[in-house]
Amino acid sequence: MRAMEAGFADPVSDAQAAFRAVLDAMARPGRLAHFAAPAEVPPGLGRAAAALALTLVDMDTAVWLGPACAPAADWLRFHCSARLAASPAAARFAFATAGECPPLAQFDLGTNEYPDQSTTLVLEVPGLARGGALTLRGPGIETVEHVGIAGLPSGFWGQRDMLHELFPRGLDIVFVAGNTALALPRTTRVEG
Amino acid sequence: MIEGYNFAYLDEQTKRMIRRALLKAVAIPGYQVPFASREMPLPYGWGTGGIQVTAAIVGRSDVLKVIDQGADDTTNAVSIRRLFANTTDVATTERTEEATIIQTRHRIPEAALREGQIMVFQVPIPEPLRWLEPREAETRRMHAHADYSVMHVKLYEDVARFGHIATGYDYPVVVDGRYLMKPSPIPKFDNPKLDRSPALMLFGAGREKRIYAVPPYTAVRSLDFEDHPFRIEKWDESCALCGASDSFLDEIVVDDSNKRMFVCSDSDYCQTRRAHGHGPAAEAKPATATKDAAE
Repeated sequence: MRAMEAGFADPVSDAQAAFRAVLDAMARPGRLAHFAAPAEVPPGLGRAAAALALTLVDMDTAVWLGPACAPAADWLRFHCSARLAASPAAARFAFATAGECPPLAQFDLGTNEYPDQSTTLVLEVPGLARGGALTLRGPGIETVEHVGIAGLPSGFWGQRDMLHELFPRGLDIVFVAGNTALALPRTTRVEG
Repeated sequence: MIEGYNFAYLDEQTKRMIRRALLKAVAIPGYQVPFASREMPLPYGWGTGGIQVTAAIVGRSDVLKVIDQGADDTTNAVSIRRLFANTTDVATTERTEEATIIQTRHRIPEAALREGQIMVFQVPIPEPLRWLEPREAETRRMHAHADYSVMHVKLYEDVARFGHIATGYDYPVVVDGRYLMKPSPIPKFDNPKLDRSPALMLFGAGREKRIYAVPPYTAVRSLDFEDHPFRIEKWDESCALCGASDSFLDEIVVDDSNKRMFVCSDSDYCQTRRAHGHGPAAEAKPATATKDAAE
């Protein structure tokens, strides 16, 4: 029998540091957030994704796992007391990899009255970089930000653009690559 | 530091719930996210919303400043600062530039904020439409449809009755061109500081159980009319202590014969100016041509 990977070594401080990192990433799209904890990561999740799960997921949030993230299910149940959602539409948090991301419109986009009741998608990609081919505009960005997000399937940005006209409904995405994360809230416009 | 409580008073599950609400608030600028506000060791009305937001974000390396109507040394500010000193051991300061988190009751500091700073506002009534439409289901639908005509009518009725928009504080704003938002009862003097600020602005309403946010560099427009543009307050006087003519002034009655004195509401701004050698304006009062006719 395989031993379960540990969670945060210091649950209070590590969760606080991880939350501030993702809060800053969500408030300033295009900036990279870095995660030093947890020291061990479960199969199926990178360090940034694992840190976000330990920080934000608990018994009140249903989680959907893409096929490549499914091996983390036992770890999520043990450390976060998380319920697993049967479909992306039933999930408050979804963890997936870029290659197998369901169509974005399948996630819960919230309602016009309660747009906060929407899925937050944590999407593992092969690489994140500042100064890439994508141009970001919107709240949290002084003029423009340039970033590179590797490994997304063709048509991904087209799907995301389709969601803009639904605002305030929408999908907030945190792209993660190993220890780093970059957030694109629903308000960020992406070109290029 | 008091033993027996979790870091920053709140338990970890409560912090997770508030943190999830904060992320959605930042993602939907100006939208009020419902949250399960907790009982705090202060009564509702004493900043419990702001305290819960601060407790959910504060960490050991933060430097906390707390102000009440601009001042660091008033009862509300002192007791909230002491609560966090007792439950977190974080460094506290009265200097705006040194702070990483500034919890505030009803003011934004005069000194320019910078990237990386977080303002936490204590909000009594978060719903800008509440005095115009008491039903929550209706105001929620009005926000969903961006139907804010009733607020424009209210401001127009002000113009029709008083000749100007008679709202001095909690002046309604539109965030990122979409959501109508109450900027907590800051004086309208502070509204321009919300617009495209480099700092992150978080708002917490404890009794009303709402959290909302304005991300950095986000457009925040005060509602007005072409022929009645938004204007901030101006004073004929300058601060009686530091001579500042660009800050928000409090009028204080100083004796039984109704003698008055105007001083900066922002105590740190005033003290910093005095430390740099500024004093009361020596000459007769400057010309009064700048007075806002609307005031």
